[in-house]
Amino acid sequence: MNNPHTIIQKEEFKSSQNVRWCPGCGDHAILNSVQKAMAELNLKREEVVVVSGIGCSSRFTYYMNTFGFHTIHGRGSAIASGVKIANPDLKVWQITGDGDALAIGGNHFIHTIRRNIDLNIILFNNQIYGLTKGQFSPTSRRGFISKTSPFGTIEHPFRPGELAIGARGNFFARSMDRKPNLCTEIFKEAAQHKGTSIVEVLQNCVIYNDKTHEELTHKEEKHDRTIILKHGEPMIFGKNRDKGLILDGMQLKVVKIGENGLTESDLLVHDAECQDSTLHLKLANMEYPEFPVALGVIRKVKAPVYDQEVINQIERLQSTSTIKTFRDLAIEGDVWEVE
Amino acid sequence: MQRRSKIIDADRIAVRFSGDSGDGMQLTGSLFSLTTAAFGNDISTFPDFPADIRAPQGTISGVSGFQVHFGKGVCTPGDLTDVLVAMNPAALKANVNYMSPGGTIIMDVDNFDKKNLEKAGYLTNDPIIEDKLQGFNIVKAPITSLSQECTKDLKLDRKSILRSKNMYALGLINWMFNRPIDYTRKYIRHKFSHKPDVMEANLRILETGFNYGNIIQAGTPSYHITTSEPQKGFYRNLSGNKAVAWGFLLAADKSGLQLFLGSYPITPSTEILQELAGRKDLGVKVFQAEDEIAAISSAIGASYAGALGITNTSGPGLSLKSEALGLAVMAEVPLVVVNVQRGGPSTGLPTKTEQSDLMQALYGRNGESPLVVMAASTPVNCFDYAFYASKIALEHMIPVILLTDSFLANGSQQWKVPEEGDFPTIDIPRSQQEPGKFLPYLRNPEKLNRDWVRPGMEGYEHRIGSLEKDADTGAVSHDGPNHEIMVKLRQEKLNRVANFIPPLSVEGNPGAEVLVVGWGSTYGHLHTAIEELNTEGNEIAFAIFNYINPLPKNTEDILKKYKTIIVCELNMGQFATWLRNHFPKLNYIQYNKVQGLPFTIKELKEFFKKSLEEQR
Repeated sequence: MNNPHTIIQKEEFKSSQNVRWCPGCGDHAILNSVQKAMAELNLKREEVVVVSGIGCSSRFTYYMNTFGFHTIHGRGSAIASGVKIANPDLKVWQITGDGDALAIGGNHFIHTIRRNIDLNIILFNNQIYGLTKGQFSPTSRRGFISKTSPFGTIEHPFRPGELAIGARGNFFARSMDRKPNLCTEIFKEAAQHKGTSIVEVLQNCVIYNDKTHEELTHKEEKHDRTIILKHGEPMIFGKNRDKGLILDGMQLKVVKIGENGLTESDLLVHDAECQDSTLHLKLANMEYPEFPVALGVIRKVKAPVYDQEVINQIERLQSTSTIKTFRDLAIEGDVWEVE
Repeated sequence: MQRRSKIIDADRIAVRFSGDSGDGMQLTGSLFSLTTAAFGNDISTFPDFPADIRAPQGTISGVSGFQVHFGKGVCTPGDLTDVLVAMNPAALKANVNYMSPGGTIIMDVDNFDKKNLEKAGYLTNDPIIEDKLQGFNIVKAPITSLSQECTKDLKLDRKSILRSKNMYALGLINWMFNRPIDYTRKYIRHKFSHKPDVMEANLRILETGFNYGNIIQAGTPSYHITTSEPQKGFYRNLSGNKAVAWGFLLAADKSGLQLFLGSYPITPSTEILQELAGRKDLGVKVFQAEDEIAAISSAIGASYAGALGITNTSGPGLSLKSEALGLAVMAEVPLVVVNVQRGGPSTGLPTKTEQSDLMQALYGRNGESPLVVMAASTPVNCFDYAFYASKIALEHMIPVILLTDSFLANGSQQWKVPEEGDFPTIDIPRSQQEPGKFLPYLRNPEKLNRDWVRPGMEGYEHRIGSLEKDADTGAVSHDGPNHEIMVKLRQEKLNRVANFIPPLSVEGNPGAEVLVVGWGSTYGHLHTAIEELNTEGNEIAFAIFNYINPLPKNTEDILKKYKTIIVCELNMGQFATWLRNHFPKLNYIQYNKVQGLPFTIKELKEFFKKSLEEQR
């Protein structure tokens, strides 16, 4: 969208606060992409609420010239849920990180997804605790060495997509800080989706976990190591667009077009809107080097939205109940009158 | 009407219905309470049910009881029972030590067989001799067999008929107190309108119980209880938990705000959640959260978005809410937390009453984190204090903890439906600032509250949060001197709430040398004990605190008039510590109890008398 006003509008979403993330941090690019997405969506600043918890990513709130609530560690989803249910007209965005959403806030994260409250949740995944200066996180790879795992971690990491789909999520997408245009596109699609949307952004912590996603951003190889999924299009990738994904029995398999008589028409076509999440889960779980890492909107399905259901129920009851005011309630039922 | 062998006149009487947890005693008690309250009695009720949902039948741990105290000037559910209905031996055994001397015991003799007596722990076949009950009026009523007899032509199974025998006890009690059974009939017809056989059985059993009184009246005392002269208006029976929920409904109504409850079920607070979950017709949004933390967090979010955000909990739940309470203090958003206290620490005594969360409410957060703490003191004034807690939270932009407890929550009293004008308006501190120049932490000079601006208001976009703010601009500030200014501002904002709450008043004999002090739910027992002592010729004053932080402004002026202050509370002295902290030079004595039970009037009077003697 080449709207001549886009640039100006994007600037309007910037608050007067100086952005204080480290130079080179991936967060800067994500902030920029969010502001751009909001401008392109033509959102009004006053109808946007940005809610965050604690962590580097959560400072995001202060840099947005919208309504913002920087809250407490892990509770962003719960607070954002209250905001959205109380006033569904607001556009509520939650900014969170791998520690905030998946460790201390894990419970709120899965239940918010399960309820399908119309929130846009952006999860910055840098696989490290940055604000506390370098401890492993729930997404750090097994064996990862950090200040609190000097001999390597001995725990399995969460895969955010698997967790979100496991919590019956209806929208999951993945992007990277190094792909600002993809970020903007995905943020827009997430914002337009009714229900909880989870966008995992693979983000680089330049100080404590630099180059953690390096193998996916490698200049020469990145096209062979990632695949951008688009609804309705074949699952094709590679520098020369000569690789693709097929189902071999129950398993995904990387194939080369042209080998063994395979053509593009043999490849899987991405259906993000399929209710059955089996294939979405397989796509979300693909890891390099066995597979390319999936980017783009992996799952986007329609389902009842909690905040709207609340209103529907209230409207239904208000149209039938004889109790219209508090007074009606107070003098209804087992009441006696003294005259 | 035939002659009765014994007519007892009394101002107040306590009746206890007691049986197995499946015997329907709670319902029986509630129905009798409604009948007698509508007849013109003050009432105070308290249910006493087992902690287990289905405890073993016939055992003491499975006994479920409901006491109703009624008459004139009733303030508590009664220390002792004047009339006990014991549906089985376990019910007798469980309550026999709480009978008033010369009281009446109605037993379902059909259930006093060897097996049930053994289950209840009786060693012989004669509980009357074994428990030395010869001084009581014993009414041996064949409740089970007569219930079966009067319904034998109905096509109902034995289980359904046995389930209705509580109506027999209700009929008999109504006869004893000359109360009409019309209300109960109406209730039965409504409840079982789709089950005509069950309806018929219940009606017949109710009448059989009522008539049994007539038939055997020579052996049954009947009572004449003084009625009070209530003001004109509508009345109903209301429990503390329901009163809290309704107080919030009124606050939403008066403030024009949507009510949002974020909650997680916890005994004994859950009825508040259940009551409001049913009030979609009044537009209430209820969010049953995944845990206590999400419950309060969602309420904070809703409040930030412009609703009246509230949450309810009990002790362990309040512990979990501590961090989020700090956020509400810091962000200066309105919020009401109702803490229905129970015995602690930890899971403690979930169904029993205690006042031991006071210090947690006052201090249980990191940092200098002052908030308003108030306490309701009767089941029905839970309504008033839920309303006033909301008013303070909204007008002063401050979180409020309202303390009730299991005793208030489950107890009930007759409640006069408020008339228009009984409660004040609630004035939301909307911003008068110019759009585009909004400062989120600019303060009202009188109350020191900040303006309440909701998302959606063009030109008022701003960021708030858990980090310290610059006192002038509201921007994030890590500056030390600014932090001290903000800490003092938050404290002073709280202190100024004292300018808007009623002064402490003294009842009993205000000119006495000894002042008894309590807070919250001990009001009824303390009031009655003081009233009786003064009537008996002693001189003693009494003050109850409903506002704890801040204290009423005249607190020191009142307390310092007395040579001795007796602080009574159901904990080890938390309020006494609070008073000593504020007014260290006064002379305090403590009376404390932590048995999961309310005070008894008897023990209070004994302690006060002893203290009065020591004064002389």
